[in-house]
Amino acid sequence: MNSFKIHINDKEIDANEGERILDIARREKIHIPSLCHHSDLEPHESCRLCMVEVEGDKNLRASCALLAKPGMKIYTDTPTTQKALKINLALLFSQHEDNCEHCGRVEKCKLHEYAEKYAACGNIHIDRKKKLPKFQFGPSIFLDQSKCINCQNCSDMCSKQTKGGFITLKQAGETFEMFPSEEKNIDCIYCGQCIMHCPVGALSEIESYSEVKKLLKDKTKKVVFQFAPSVRTSLGEEFGMPLGTNVTDKIFAALKKVGAYKIFDTSFAADVTIIEEAAELLEKIAKGDNTTMISSCCPAWVKYAEFYEPELLKYLTTVRSPQIILGGLIKTYWVEKENLDLRDIVSVSIMPCTAKKFEIEREELFVDGKRPIDYVLTVRELAKLLKELNVDLNKIEPDESDKDILANPSGAGEIFGAGGGVLEAALRTVYQKLTGQELENLEFKPLHEFKRTKMAEVTIGGKTLKVVAVSGMENAKKILEEIKADPTKYAYVEIMACPGGCIGGGGQPIPIDDEIRKARAAGLYSTDEKRKVRTSHGNPGIDILYAEFLNDKKNKHKICHTTYEKRKKGEIKKI
Amino acid sequence: MAKDIITKIKEANLLGRGGAGFPTWMKWEAVKKQEGQGKKIYVIANGSEGEPEIFKDEYILKNHPQEFIEGIKIALETFANSEAIIYLNHKYFDKYKKNLEKFSEGFPISYFRKTAGYLAGEETGLLNHIEGQRVEPRPKPPYPAEAGLYNLPTLVNNIETYYRIYEIKNDLYAGKAFFSIEGDVKNKGTFEFPENYPIKKILEETGNWPAFDFFVQYGGGAAGTIYLPEELDEPKKGATSIIVFNRQKTDALKLMQRWAEFYSKENCDKCTPCRESSIRILEMTKKNKLDFDKLEKMFFVLEKTSFCPLGKGMAIPYRTLIEKVLKK
Ligand code: SF4
Ligand code: SF4
Repeated sequence: MNSFKIHINDKEIDANEGERILDIARREKIHIPSLCHHSDLEPHESCRLCMVEVEGDKNLRASCALLAKPGMKIYTDTPTTQKALKINLALLFSQHEDNCEHCGRVEKCKLHEYAEKYAACGNIHIDRKKKLPKFQFGPSIFLDQSKCINCQNCSDMCSKQTKGGFITLKQAGETFEMFPSEEKNIDCIYCGQCIMHCPVGALSEIESYSEVKKLLKDKTKKVVFQFAPSVRTSLGEEFGMPLGTNVTDKIFAALKKVGAYKIFDTSFAADVTIIEEAAELLEKIAKGDNTTMISSCCPAWVKYAEFYEPELLKYLTTVRSPQIILGGLIKTYWVEKENLDLRDIVSVSIMPCTAKKFEIEREELFVDGKRPIDYVLTVRELAKLLKELNVDLNKIEPDESDKDILANPSGAGEIFGAGGGVLEAALRTVYQKLTGQELENLEFKPLHEFKRTKMAEVTIGGKTLKVVAVSGMENAKKILEEIKADPTKYAYVEIMACPGGCIGGGGQPIPIDDEIRKARAAGLYSTDEKRKVRTSHGNPGIDILYAEFLNDKKNKHKICHTTYEKRKKGEIKKI
Repeated sequence: MAKDIITKIKEANLLGRGGAGFPTWMKWEAVKKQEGQGKKIYVIANGSEGEPEIFKDEYILKNHPQEFIEGIKIALETFANSEAIIYLNHKYFDKYKKNLEKFSEGFPISYFRKTAGYLAGEETGLLNHIEGQRVEPRPKPPYPAEAGLYNLPTLVNNIETYYRIYEIKNDLYAGKAFFSIEGDVKNKGTFEFPENYPIKKILEETGNWPAFDFFVQYGGGAAGTIYLPEELDEPKKGATSIIVFNRQKTDALKLMQRWAEFYSKENCDKCTPCRESSIRILEMTKKNKLDFDKLEKMFFVLEKTSFCPLGKGMAIPYRTLIEKVLKK
């Protein structure tokens, strides 16, 4: 790569061909404000806050898109850039509903941050969006047009996550606003990636934490919690802890403090998912069926398959997701074991995910006619709940006492939260079952031509299994095309709708980028390395559970397996 | 032969006739460089003419269809493996396509009916429209010459530009341009004059120089600059459209409101300064209350920070009208 020197604010800086000024400035810790820039997206150049002066150019240039050229002289902080910044900020601020005190996003809102920082607050015009509508997409996503600043990050992201783009700009009178698509063949998959890339609070999850807060105070109820693998290395961010900090024991302590009756770990159910998926794969291999098996623990991917690619449903594993398996176990096995009245139990799960709110409403996942889970909270909602109840994760003492077997996972169950983790966990078990030996280290190769795609080849008894893990629907679409062309190309495929897997999920703390994804994933893998038990089949709790409950065929079927169907477009509510 | 025509265009110093005034030969040469990679090359005639009160391209479609199509054929000959698309606003499409086809038959020339707004006349907005994408300008680079329609090398020229290229090829070019004249005048219409002809002379020679106090908008019915009678002796740059306003009879605020309606409806809403300012100016004109301080701020960001020429140019009509007419 060609590298050369440029100057930013008279400081000499090394730059590479193809690099953009905003990225260079950020790596050099030179602050340039921007709302629409996101490292996951091509520069959209819409907010016009990142304008810089370039020597020899009379107009300001958008640094997010501006490519570095040898000898370029850039000035980020001149009277002209400052004046333009303030005016554009004020214009943006006055299009956005002025209701910050009541906005759930205010702490993380970049518009709010800049308005204060540059003293450009105060609407210079009346709020023109006040009366615009709000929308709900299924049980998951909330779009508030009155807060939208038209940056198009959500629609850019959504067109990657869906086929055709569910959330799009449409002309409404004199302006364009963000709308859910009315097209019959385009639907939301509830992944929440639009939320993760919204610089303000126009997109959010449909919240349930106030209900949970109320139920925690209700003496007649026993509120039980579970939390997903990826939650343990991201929740800390909401309390200012370093990226990737594992707060598992603090989650137990914090939930106890706010009145949880019992706390389980979804990672344990991930071990169950693995045992079942491995069995299904082994059975397939034994039968000589070479077609692929695709993971199904990501509900956004399942929704995608059911809506956009129903002909691929036959390749999905029938195994339920860890959240649903654990929900089912709690309301059957555990309630019976503890001799409790099911009517008193409220089952809440803490998920990195907005699609999980949709998953709990799927009737084919009900157990004995009842929902396995009553409420799903995102990581952000849990943080809010804890903060409102004055629990500071920094201060609380870790608590490991009183753990049920359903709260003791293996390392395999914990790496579920990172892209590639499900695949790796499954292979550890498949390998052992086929060879009687433990799989030492799985070598993943990145599939170079595809982004966020890892491939591995495992040779077991002379047979080579090609397996692949992909995250982000944009990338998954390419693998799906390969499968359509040759259903035997891969023995096993892990698909996660969110870039990076659940550690980058739509219910995770904001902001998100590759550095953050990496740190959250690294946190999970380092926990796995330290664990004595690193395989699902090696988890003693699993043996107990199967012996006591799941070896029964009927139980296994109703708790662990499901079916899929071609799905019609979900509900869009206008408010 | 190919080199010939590009050199000839260069020697004739032909500037694009869409209003931006970019040297035509540079576009042609940039596209020529892309030849020989086995790629298809698109030749596009931009007949969107979406600015209010400009109709000189229509004049060509009506009166010189054959010469215009000849201009396109010259481009097709110049670029190997090329195909042409004539992009017409829906009115022109419905009115003139049939007749144009008489001359384009047998050539790889197709027609596209423009249904989108003003910004689909901007060359990259136009590409998006043909591709079925949301109409908004694309970032440059890449320039259309390198990666235009469907990412292939693309030449986009205005209708009159092709007409002039026909003239250049046949040694008929005399540096003339078509001017449309509108407004409070006796002889409205399209007239041909040397491209650097002063507006005063054009108005006089067409019998349109008013006997009353007036001002002129030159460069288009929205983006054009306001000039007073004493400023019309010098040639002007920009789209060749002259609109005359009777000063006594014109309500300047209403005029601003008309522009504001046009802009807020026709812009793509992509970038902050253009989207928000157009709406805010409309609000002010509707309320009959201009806040000059706020206006000046918006003009500043429009000019300095807008993404595309539409936003960058939006301040000019307002600013010149305020300075020359409203504040006096
Ligand atoms: S949740 Fe996912 S699919 Fe739905 S609108 Fe947001 S990005 Fe698009
Ligand atoms: S990848 Fe994880 S967080 Fe994202 S939609 Fe799927 S399950 Fe939810």
